[in-house]
Amino acid sequence: MSHPSDSTAPPFTSFSQQREAATLGMWGFLGMEVLFFGPMFLGYIVFRINFPDAFMTASRHTLILAGGVNTALLLISSFTMALAVRSANLLEDSAKVVRSLLVTLLLGGAFVGIKCFEYSHEIHEGLLPGASFHLDGADPQQAQMFFYLYFLMTGMHLLHVIIGLGLIAVFILRAKLTVRKERFSIAMEQLGLYWHFVDLVWVFLFPLIYLGGRAA
Amino acid sequence: MSISTPQAEMQPPLEGPDYLHEHSVRSWLLTTDHKRIGILYLVSITLFFLIGGVAVTMMRMELLTPQGDLFASSTYNKLFTMHGVIMVWFFLIPSVPSVLGNFLLPMMLGARDVAFPRLNLLSWYLFMAGAALALWAIIHGGVDTGWTFYTPYSSTYANGHVIAMVMGVFIAGFGSIITGLNFIVTTHKLRAPGLIWFRLPLFVWSLYATSIILVLATPVLAITLVLVALERAFGIGIFNPAIGGDPLLFQHLFWFYSHPAVYIMILPGMGVTSEIIACFARKQVFGYRIVAYASIAIAVLGFLVWGHHMFVSSQSIYAGMIFSLLSFLVSIPSAIKVFNWTATLYRGSIWFQTPLLYALGFLGLFTIGGLTGLFLAALAVDVHLTDTYFVVAHFHYIMVGGMVMAYLGGLHFWWPKITGKLYPEWPAKLSALFIFGGFNLTFFPQFILGYLGMPRRYHIYAPEFQTLNVLSSAGASILAVGYLLPLVYLLWSLRYGRDAGPNPWQATGLEWTTASPPPEENFTIAPVVTEDPYNYHPTEEAADA
Ligand SMILES: [Cu+2]
Repeated sequence: MSHPSDSTAPPFTSFSQQREAATLGMWGFLGMEVLFFGPMFLGYIVFRINFPDAFMTASRHTLILAGGVNTALLLISSFTMALAVRSANLLEDSAKVVRSLLVTLLLGGAFVGIKCFEYSHEIHEGLLPGASFHLDGADPQQAQMFFYLYFLMTGMHLLHVIIGLGLIAVFILRAKLTVRKERFSIAMEQLGLYWHFVDLVWVFLFPLIYLGGRAA
Repeated sequence: MSISTPQAEMQPPLEGPDYLHEHSVRSWLLTTDHKRIGILYLVSITLFFLIGGVAVTMMRMELLTPQGDLFASSTYNKLFTMHGVIMVWFFLIPSVPSVLGNFLLPMMLGARDVAFPRLNLLSWYLFMAGAALALWAIIHGGVDTGWTFYTPYSSTYANGHVIAMVMGVFIAGFGSIITGLNFIVTTHKLRAPGLIWFRLPLFVWSLYATSIILVLATPVLAITLVLVALERAFGIGIFNPAIGGDPLLFQHLFWFYSHPAVYIMILPGMGVTSEIIACFARKQVFGYRIVAYASIAIAVLGFLVWGHHMFVSSQSIYAGMIFSLLSFLVSIPSAIKVFNWTATLYRGSIWFQTPLLYALGFLGLFTIGGLTGLFLAALAVDVHLTDTYFVVAHFHYIMVGGMVMAYLGGLHFWWPKITGKLYPEWPAKLSALFIFGGFNLTFFPQFILGYLGMPRRYHIYAPEFQTLNVLSSAGASILAVGYLLPLVYLLWSLRYGRDAGPNPWQATGLEWTTASPPPEENFTIAPVVTEDPYNYHPTEEAADA
């Protein structure tokens, strides 16, 4: 049963109304996010078409194992996030929600760690665009464009992951403290949508960045 | 005998305090009341309008003579950039949506607030933070790229604080996005019982269409400006031709936002015009559904025409032809609206109050702006007119002649609701006439100048263009008087204006059923909508009844 102080946020008059509104708002936000990432993907497509050989060569210099592990981590974290949303929706014991969120936080944290390891490796190899950029076997300017897009797109994605992790941390505290379970479950649903979106962006980034040029 | 039937029962007379009863600074800066947030926007954009206006006053003074006598070229470049950036992002885009939309949307829906009131306040803070950053850039030396920030000039060669300026626009953009999201969700989820979609006022339809553009176009601008800033900071980027990048890609992305943004700057004005014309012609809007659909059609088509800004930018001729054709298509829903407003006026019982004068001004100026848009959408003609004053005149007819007229019309129409006071009618009518006359005198000569080949963005020009430029500057001074008048008498009315009462225009929208100024929660009794919108009874019919 919902707690007596568990009331809707103004101006809503019922939980179902608030839930529908919050969810619609989140989908609108995610639509906005698609358009935010869109130009970067467009840029990738344009230069992939313009510089196919350099992009293949440059792509082979990414760490596919790290990228593969990270893909798995994010996919699993989406699953644990879905568990957390489900527990919150069923108004279950907050310990269950907290447990699922903690696992999600750990998986997401591991993703960030591996990504930072990759970055440091690439910077060490001289793959950071700029004066010291060098890569053998491809037109340096064209390969540099690949790595510019690589750092840009994964960086922007990483920023979204980190924001997500911050939110998850806040939600862990909220889950522990709140007595307004119905209202919390509405918010949890939005957090879940956001996290799945972040996961989905990676699902598109992974093949574009890591798999190109490795088929043969 | 009544001359109109509001969409719901009138509210009982207000006994408690209205939404303005608290006066502390805190009560304003921490408010989540959509009405107060609308007023925060009103005050801020009025300030920015004055700043942008000062810039253009200096430009028009410089343009009185063919020589450069007042400013160096670089200063002039900074002035038109400042004018463009401030007027577009810090005045026009928030004008009707964030001021009138914020104030009115929940009331028109019979709701007590927007769906996410705290986010609504956040949007104002983001807007102000962005504005502060842009003003900082202007004060510390300015930016000379023009409001379009074309690469590679902006990202590589330009002087000044381009990064601060684009980040200002970036931050303010997220304010717009939040406003758009809020409006969409509010319209879907917070309509009063009985208020089905086809009972919504046309202003709500136009805000809805605008919100779609705000949410889906603004992020493209946001990330594009980030890319420009990164490229400027590190010298590497996808727009830099020196390292194999494509500067034209910037133009595609920029106009993918900025053409729809033009509709952010006209659709809400169309909504205001529909409300005013119906009220002061005392008639149902002719073809209500078509006008509603036309708003959505304009929003959707607006996403498909960006290439008409790039006819001479090495875009392929086939792309040019398709963009030209699609641009012509936009004129269909726009023309539908113009014809339907005209048909609404036809045989109406016209009541010549100030808002109607503004709306009629809108109708005339928007029509000229729209028709000259067709000249520019035609590929071959555009080659001749690109980068001339013809383009300047065309978009000012839409954005100033259209949107600013509609904004002022709406401000007068709802002023009694916002403040509870009536503005004085005579000075108001005078200001409408000054603006209409001054506007035409300012911008019509610019069509001719452009046709004769005077390029935009230059302050030194061929001597044969002087007469028309002097006319234009003279018009601008009349226009300035027209804009300053409302500032005076609207403020005057706050103190000395007569009390308006809940419904001074006998209008039909839900916002008119409640007290003026409204109580904090808008309605004391939750309204139930029983009527279609615009249930006006022409006087003859009412006399028969
Ligand atoms: Cu356009």
